[in-house]
Amino acid sequence: MSNRAPNWSRVRLHVVSGKGGTGKTTVAAALALALARGGKKVLLLEVEGRQGFAQLFDTAPLPYQETKIAVAEDGGVVYALPVDAEAALLEYLEMFYGIKRGGYALRKLGAIDFATTIAPGLRDVLLTGKASEAVKRGEKVGRPAYDAVVLDAPPTGRITRFLNVNTEIAGLAKVGPIRSQADSVMGVIRSARTAVHLVTLLEEMPVQETLDGVHELHEAGLPLGAIIINQVRRSELDGSELAMAAARSLPEPELRAGLQAAAIEPTPATVNALEDEAADHAARVALQNAERQRLVDSGQPIMELPLLPGGIDLAALYALAERLHEQGLPA
Amino acid sequence: MTAPRLDIDGLLDDRDVGVIVCCGSGGVGKTTTAAALALRAAQRGRNVCVLTIDPARRLAQAMGLSELDNTPRPVPGIEGGHLSAMMLDMKRTFDEIVEAHAEPDRAQAILENPFYQALSSSFAGTQEYMAMEKLGQLRQQSETGEHWDLIIVDTPPSRSALDFLDAPKRLGSFLDGRLIRVLAAPARGAGRMSARVLNASLGLFTSAMSRILGAQVLRDVQLFVTSFDALFGGFRERAEQTYAQLQAPDTRFLVVAAPEPDALREASYFVQRLETERMPLAGLVLNRVQEVRLPDLSAATARAGAERLGDEHTLVAELLRLHADRMETAARQENVARSFTGAHPRVPVASVIALADDVHDLEGLETIGDLLAKG
Repeated sequence: MSNRAPNWSRVRLHVVSGKGGTGKTTVAAALALALARGGKKVLLLEVEGRQGFAQLFDTAPLPYQETKIAVAEDGGVVYALPVDAEAALLEYLEMFYGIKRGGYALRKLGAIDFATTIAPGLRDVLLTGKASEAVKRGEKVGRPAYDAVVLDAPPTGRITRFLNVNTEIAGLAKVGPIRSQADSVMGVIRSARTAVHLVTLLEEMPVQETLDGVHELHEAGLPLGAIIINQVRRSELDGSELAMAAARSLPEPELRAGLQAAAIEPTPATVNALEDEAADHAARVALQNAERQRLVDSGQPIMELPLLPGGIDLAALYALAERLHEQGLPA
Repeated sequence: MTAPRLDIDGLLDDRDVGVIVCCGSGGVGKTTTAAALALRAAQRGRNVCVLTIDPARRLAQAMGLSELDNTPRPVPGIEGGHLSAMMLDMKRTFDEIVEAHAEPDRAQAILENPFYQALSSSFAGTQEYMAMEKLGQLRQQSETGEHWDLIIVDTPPSRSALDFLDAPKRLGSFLDGRLIRVLAAPARGAGRMSARVLNASLGLFTSAMSRILGAQVLRDVQLFVTSFDALFGGFRERAEQTYAQLQAPDTRFLVVAAPEPDALREASYFVQRLETERMPLAGLVLNRVQEVRLPDLSAATARAGAERLGDEHTLVAELLRLHADRMETAARQENVARSFTGAHPRVPVASVIALADDVHDLEGLETIGDLLAKG
């Protein structure tokens, strides 16, 4: 069983999900940068109204229109669009029913809340609809508007329902424009053009949620992509060093000699503190390894991104993009 | 600028405090914090009930919550006071409200209404609102029967801490919204907003909706609103009352965050909101803080030392690099925390260092409790 990334060169829609706090928005942005390498044009979509990309790329809040947000090597470009369900519904009503004016009034009346509550799948159809429209735009004339679309999707707990719009809407609308919209969205989502990636940390709860997500997506027949492990602590200590660190039996004469050679005074307090830190580190690595094994056992392709002690800034996003590229993302 | 220290034991021992609400954005350790506080308060002699939302499986098991039955269950083996724990079932809570207020026939009709089912299981804000309703029920229960002198509430894992405070209003104004009234009973008209443009749009909207969704859906809505009105005389009023209990003098809020820009930005919004609403903030719990064991050895010195070693002493070189990473992480976290404290200099803070292991037993919760108290 190989956890190596398969060939994703046919994938045009990358859906990125993950438990809250795992950094899925950061990973989605890095993925878009990686896909834009080699002069490609990529669209980043967000659907949760948090303006996460504006914050990540350090720009003013983005309007509801496709806006250039970053560049990649050889003329690659990343555009971003915060998809707004209200705006999408109003657009939609205008398109099919000629409701042009009064959109603001409808919004004030709670029309959108109303529509999306009595039909819980409706909001999702509108949001995924935007993604599938962006994927298909220009396909017919052989010149797709975007080489790839990256969707920063809802968290793992909701991802299957979010993507499975057809089933969600089926009970409500048997025919009509919403139904054909849902069908056309599913046509894209279920095809080899789509991959759903799940972002996780090597901690118990996110890993469990990821494994549950893998299972659910699989059951629903949705195309799984990679498990992307974020914030991995690197470790260059070998197995026996880690074991000694955990048991607090690192060779103290060697520690003292090493510190001396590094021009650091090897006081007992310093040696002791370094041993404590080594023991912490060993415990974390052991936990990481155990959790990683559970992910490996799932048989899904795995990509890893390092924990960056300096935090996430623009340079860090490009560094993460580089790491994704090295691990087999097509450029 | 240093923030004042949050005195956790002082808070837990204060008999004037009857409710502690733990808020914060998703993934910051709210549930664990709530559970650790509850355990510590019980061990310090209080009679505590903790309402959790979505605990990790093993943590739930540790507290004896093997089933989700929406009722507080005593946690065995606590010395000092008593601890009960429960997991919120939002649909069940909503159903119980309906059952408690309506004649059996009418309750049945509401529970079977498809619109009610959608509302009670998937409307954004229902979970938050039901957590508040449950808190109200626990308070009442506490007055009449089982007596808890401290209720600790975990809040749903929404992306924003504000969602918790906004939920009643959102649900209330939705259910009492003009649109829903107009659609449910067109005869009543759209009230003040009945401009011509609006009426035209609304007419189109209504017909579009029934074409998209079917006329049955609108009939369900109409039936639901009529029955619900008869029960509560308007949901908004009830939602306002539910919200008002958060302003009770015995309630304190704890904002939980991780030392990351997003989480602290959310915490900051929340603190401002509490001030506006005159709800008392006990302080900020900062989880997962990088521990520094050797503060005198700077990241730069450690890195330079590792560099100097070259290919020799690889073990020590790696330990020095790990130490440098640790110092850099701590410095970044301190910066983020400092900007929060700069904006809110009077908010007391308790920091909890990041532990290597996940918490999934009472012993682990005790450790977190000790760390919280040390602040």
